[in-house]
Amino acid sequence: MSQALERIVVPILALLASAVLFGLLLAIYAQVDPLEAFALMYQGAFGSWFSWQNTLTRAAPLILTALCTALPARLGLVIIGNEGALVAGGVAAAAAGVAVASAPPLVVQVTMALAAMAVGGAWIALAGGLRQWRGVNETISSLLLTYIAIALMNHFVEGPLRDPSSLNKPSTFPIGDANMLGTIPGTDVHWGLVYGIVACLAIYVFQRFTTWGFAMEVIGGNPKTARMMGLDVGRYVLLACAAGGAAAGLAGMVEVAAVHGRANASLAVGYGYSGILVAFLARHHPLAIVPVAILLGGIGASGGLLQRRLDLPDAAVVVLQGIIFVAILASETFYGRLWKPKAAA
Amino acid sequence: MDDTGLGIWGVPLAMLAGAIRVSTPFIFVSIGECLTERSGRINLGLEGTLVMGAMSAYGTALASGSPWLGVLVAALVGLLLGALHAGICQLPRVNDVATGIGLMLFGTGLAFFLGKPFIQPKAPNLGAIDLGWWSGIPQVRQALQVNYLFVIGIVLAFALAWALKNTRWGLIVRLAGESVDAALAIGASVNRVRLIATSIGGAFAGVGGAFLSLYYPGSWNEGLSSGQGLMAVALVIFARWDPVRCLWASLLFGAAGAISPALQSVGVTQGYYLFSAAPYVLTLALMIATCSPERSLRGAPGELGAVK
Repeated sequence: MSQALERIVVPILALLASAVLFGLLLAIYAQVDPLEAFALMYQGAFGSWFSWQNTLTRAAPLILTALCTALPARLGLVIIGNEGALVAGGVAAAAAGVAVASAPPLVVQVTMALAAMAVGGAWIALAGGLRQWRGVNETISSLLLTYIAIALMNHFVEGPLRDPSSLNKPSTFPIGDANMLGTIPGTDVHWGLVYGIVACLAIYVFQRFTTWGFAMEVIGGNPKTARMMGLDVGRYVLLACAAGGAAAGLAGMVEVAAVHGRANASLAVGYGYSGILVAFLARHHPLAIVPVAILLGGIGASGGLLQRRLDLPDAAVVVLQGIIFVAILASETFYGRLWKPKAAA
Repeated sequence: MDDTGLGIWGVPLAMLAGAIRVSTPFIFVSIGECLTERSGRINLGLEGTLVMGAMSAYGTALASGSPWLGVLVAALVGLLLGALHAGICQLPRVNDVATGIGLMLFGTGLAFFLGKPFIQPKAPNLGAIDLGWWSGIPQVRQALQVNYLFVIGIVLAFALAWALKNTRWGLIVRLAGESVDAALAIGASVNRVRLIATSIGGAFAGVGGAFLSLYYPGSWNEGLSSGQGLMAVALVIFARWDPVRCLWASLLFGAAGAISPALQSVGVTQGYYLFSAAPYVLTLALMIATCSPERSLRGAPGELGAVK
């Protein structure tokens, strides 16, 4: 009982501590009334149907990129190349979409999604494979792959895939209005949100009810035991990394096919990095990712309002995210110690 | 096309210039991280420290008119961020890799938040030593403009290598990194050693950031660092936890980073962005070539979990 309670109380305390720290920063450095700022943030994130839609639109790529960290994490890997898989997937989706643009929209969208997932999956599987067979640290390699992905994107949008009419912001050719993903009926929120929620549900079912999912849990718990049981650890590492990368790649496809209509530097705006935070906050649990992504999407959505009303820099919400991240990690230490006599600590 | 008058020789010259100019932040971050990792802890947050160092150095230089005061403040800010990392990591059951990622996000966010007012104004730069006085070719003279921090970085790398090997203090740091039990046996406090090593590592990274904003590129903006802090961490692994090898590796990386602008300066504009990936591809290739799944890395501190 106390364990279940801890899982809720500890993160909430960490969030409260983050809010206090952020409030102090606002009050002391920026001379802004923290309560007013928090009220504005609530208004900008969840205060109206309009803000809700903005929040949900931002949550969609966060859900998908969070899976890129959360899936390999079940096996004990720390993958932080989410941004790279998103960018690589987005460019692949745009290239594929332009290539088959005259086909029926559904065919175009499926082609784009498959291309994005294949490239994003391969991107992270490379990091997983290097870890498994060459012993290369996957945290660092996946991050290096992010920088490589962004350089490749710049190469493609400036060169081979460039639309000559995109002068100010080099971009690929547009995929065409007819091929865009629409919005969920009755809202302005695009279908990417549904993709993300379905992906989380599917992964939950996979992890909870299939043998493969169980095998991954065993590997994450103790790789040596898993090897003694005859599990092919390398195969599961590749699978988890490829699936996570595919999810992040799909996030890139959604950004292209539902938001920008083409691939350009707007892909690399930090959804991948926030996705890492979402995964850690959700403790890598696929069902917890959805609400956490909505919360962080809300924080992101409120940045504009803070900037307009209180004249705060747009990085204010990044600072808050960073504080939350560190507070949540530090709060790990309190598990199992809240309801025990002090001697146990 | 070719406005340097040196023809194709402009490329290696520009890469040499790049090695001298671009490598300084790598040198500082990597020897700082080297010290931290030798004490048995990994700090992935140095990217955030670097950016915070750049911002605080620029802000200080702007306000006081003294760039060297900026360097000092950057070192102090780095020291504090390093101490914060160490303080959080020594709590039981807190993962140092994840905390580093968190502090990276926090550091960059905070630097952009606090640094907003410094984007426009121009702060005084750190000076350089003119080692190219003997040459009549302007490119050579420019390439041999050596910043003081570059020299200090080289001295620090050799000093740290010597200290780790020959002093009592270096022995304790290495013990904390190799075997906690052994360190405890001689009565050293592992947490305190790591706190000091991580703080000093952070201070070095802060100075590396000061170089970015106060010398090259020499201004403060949000795109100032493009992952130098993280590449430096990878570089330490490649350099096998040896400060002097960190220095050589930093020079190599600086040269790789200069390929793209160097080729452009002699008129090769094809694939500019492709070549800009060179340092990252090089890092990855070197890691692939030097890592092995069978054995733990030669020279790796025994208590360093992240590279096993």
